[in-house]
Amino acid sequence: MKCDFCDQKATVFLTQLVEGQMKKVCLCDSCAKERGVTDPTGFSLADLLLGGLPGGPGTAAGGGSPAAPGNGRKCPTCGFTLDDLKRVRRFGCSDCYATFSEEVGQMLRGMHKGTSHIGKVPEGLMATQFRNQRLEELRSRLDQAITSESYEEAAGIRDEIHNLSETKP
Amino acid sequence: MMRFSTLIKHPADWMTGGQGEHGAVLTSRIRLARNLRRHPFPGWARREQRAAALDLMRPAVEALPAMKGAFSHELGDLTSVQKQVLVERHLISREHAARGDGSAAVIERRQTFSLMLNEEDHLRMQAIRPGLQLSAAFTALSELDTELETSLEFAFDPTLGYLTTCPTNLGTGLRASAMLHLPGLVLSDQISQVLQAVNKIGLAVRGLYGEGTESLGNLYQISNQSTLGESEETIIRRLERVISQVANHEQNAREKLLEDDPEMVADKIGRAYGVLRYSHIIDSKEALNHLSLLRLGGTLGFFAPQTVMVCDSLLMDIQPAHLQLHSGRKLSPEERDSIRAEIVRSRLHSLESPDNRMSSKDEKNLPNPSNPGDS
Repeated sequence: MKCDFCDQKATVFLTQLVEGQMKKVCLCDSCAKERGVTDPTGFSLADLLLGGLPGGPGTAAGGGSPAAPGNGRKCPTCGFTLDDLKRVRRFGCSDCYATFSEEVGQMLRGMHKGTSHIGKVPEGLMATQFRNQRLEELRSRLDQAITSESYEEAAGIRDEIHNLSETKP
Repeated sequence: MMRFSTLIKHPADWMTGGQGEHGAVLTSRIRLARNLRRHPFPGWARREQRAAALDLMRPAVEALPAMKGAFSHELGDLTSVQKQVLVERHLISREHAARGDGSAAVIERRQTFSLMLNEEDHLRMQAIRPGLQLSAAFTALSELDTELETSLEFAFDPTLGYLTTCPTNLGTGLRASAMLHLPGLVLSDQISQVLQAVNKIGLAVRGLYGEGTESLGNLYQISNQSTLGESEETIIRRLERVISQVANHEQNAREKLLEDDPEMVADKIGRAYGVLRYSHIIDSKEALNHLSLLRLGGTLGFFAPQTVMVCDSLLMDIQPAHLQLHSGRKLSPEERDSIRAEIVRSRLHSLESPDNRMSSKDEKNLPNPSNPGDS
């Protein structure tokens, strides 16, 4: 039997029930490796199809999907197309949520208790970004102060930098 | 780096600590899904892109103070039996076990945290605790998550929350679940009613082992389905409330069974004792179902209270990959059934017959179900 993605001999066979339908995918050694598949049992087929259909970037052919039919919308970051989304109901990267925002809205209808996030936000990240920005700002002010020989001001800025670097976000 | 044999040598605390709430809640688990900004999700990434994401995440995860000296391996470096053992211990998912190079598992020494790198999402982090401790597990895992945020840039949108491969995990990326042992509700035919009620309020219920609706060993898992539109605390509080209610129903069902039909209960537990003590060939299904009754007997005073713990470790140790690891070779199903029986017999070797135990008690020939652990 031939590999579904190239013409080589298939050695890995994945069979799974998807929505009541039996689906089978055959892979050769190198395509299985490319997909990171080693164990044919317990593999989520949707995941394989996600990156694995001929034309997808995960295949040996690579290079993204051929000019997608329909409106041809495609994520600029990862090359995921509207067709990919319709097929697998998952996304290619986090930017896809902006690329396909209309579809996201439709998909979310009735899926969750709400449509906008309540809960944890990555404050650590924001704090770190804010801190780094502030440090950069202070360092350039320090440079200026030194250049203009305002040593008293420079000492103050230096202390501030010191304090800020000490505090962990 | 911690070796596989060291990691799995001892059962984790959470595997044998499920005695709160009369033993109905075995474990609590919290899972958080996180992804890296600007990196394609693992399923869509090319091999080198997946490797690049892994190279970013792995050092960050290994540098966490909580993960000091952790077990950390790429899945391609583990044998399929080793991966299967991790699945049976609930430390990695079945999907993750099918992966090879480019995906990794980082598991804390005591097996209370496990992080899957390049699963369906870039990062799937999990915390497990014994008994009903969803809040505590979440607090601990959230701390880990916050620490990671200082070194990794997670994909986050102010409206959609944490962005995930599948929109069913959007928002909090939180899946909270508890494993419950509900023999009382099953024996009294109330289980489907209770599970339907749980389902109606938007929580998912499934059998822990077995396919579809079938449940082996009277073990069930209850978890949230919705991840967007409610805070982590709200989701967890509702789950904890519902799970305590189910555990109370279970306790009432056990008490009522003992009151209404003590002979039936004693017969079931006695038969389970007989089969497990004396069988030489036992398949996984039969073993799980009898262990469930033995465990019930442990909580009802038919056996010493520590029997519950013995049952809980056996649940894990009689699984196929655990048996193969124990024997150090590949086993045919027939060999597994006889080695399984051997392990069960040896663990229960000193377990006193329920009849002896019951008759040696005072004139009351029934245990007091309300305080089984106090005797």
